[in-house]
Amino acid sequence: MAPTAAPAEVETVDTGTVEETVEERATETDRPWIVIVWNDPINLMGYVTWVFQKLFGYSRAKATKLMLDVHEKGRAVVSSGNREKCELDVFRLHEHGLWATMEQSG
Amino acid sequence: MLWRRRFSRTRRGDFAVSLPDAERELLRGLPTQLRELLATEDPSLERLFPPAYLNDDERNAEFARLMHMELLGKRLATLDLLEETLDADRLTEEQILAWLGSLNDTRLVIGTILDVSEDMEPDAIADDDPRFPMWVLYHFLSGLVGEIVDALDRG
Repeated sequence: MAPTAAPAEVETVDTGTVEETVEERATETDRPWIVIVWNDPINLMGYVTWVFQKLFGYSRAKATKLMLDVHEKGRAVVSSGNREKCELDVFRLHEHGLWATMEQSG
Repeated sequence: MLWRRRFSRTRRGDFAVSLPDAERELLRGLPTQLRELLATEDPSLERLFPPAYLNDDERNAEFARLMHMELLGKRLATLDLLEETLDADRLTEEQILAWLGSLNDTRLVIGTILDVSEDMEPDAIADDDPRFPMWVLYHFLSGLVGEIVDALDRG
């Protein structure tokens, strides 16, 4: 897993802006991340639906809806959470050949 | 004669494989070829190792540094499993998932090389085109991937 920025190092810096910096970091950390799957011309629709069910435990109906969103709208948000969780989700989607990226929401 | 499924889940929970010899021969060379390709940085591999972030080179480099070898290792392990079980009439779930992963990886590479698009008709590449054999293989693999997913779904 990619490490998140270590605030400890910042806190040892002797300036008057420490509290502010820590607060900013906390805000950035709190904003959830989202995982996006992008449409691609290669993966089969049935395969993509199956991957969503397998990786995220989604029902057939929910997985199909997400697959259709990817297919018709070009992208769909398939999961969310903290950065570590989303990196793992992206890794597992890449492992299954899907085109996934993550970004911070908001 | 009824069309016979090439992959079907048995009552014991494993999978029966009914693949003609000629089709197994089509698959036999794939693991070696893909393994050799994976040792390179060929652009046809881009779909197997996509970036995790849009417009963030620094984070992508970090993600690749931490994840690339693990992802590569998983891809090589599924190729090994496919190769070891190419002649099997029965596959465990772990083995059929390896087939699915490796066959789909191969589709991603071939689809990238052929630059396929969603609206490409089956006759988009003519039979006298040098890319035609690869196009046929692509459709053959698509059929297998679809049937494996069906077999897993029917469980």
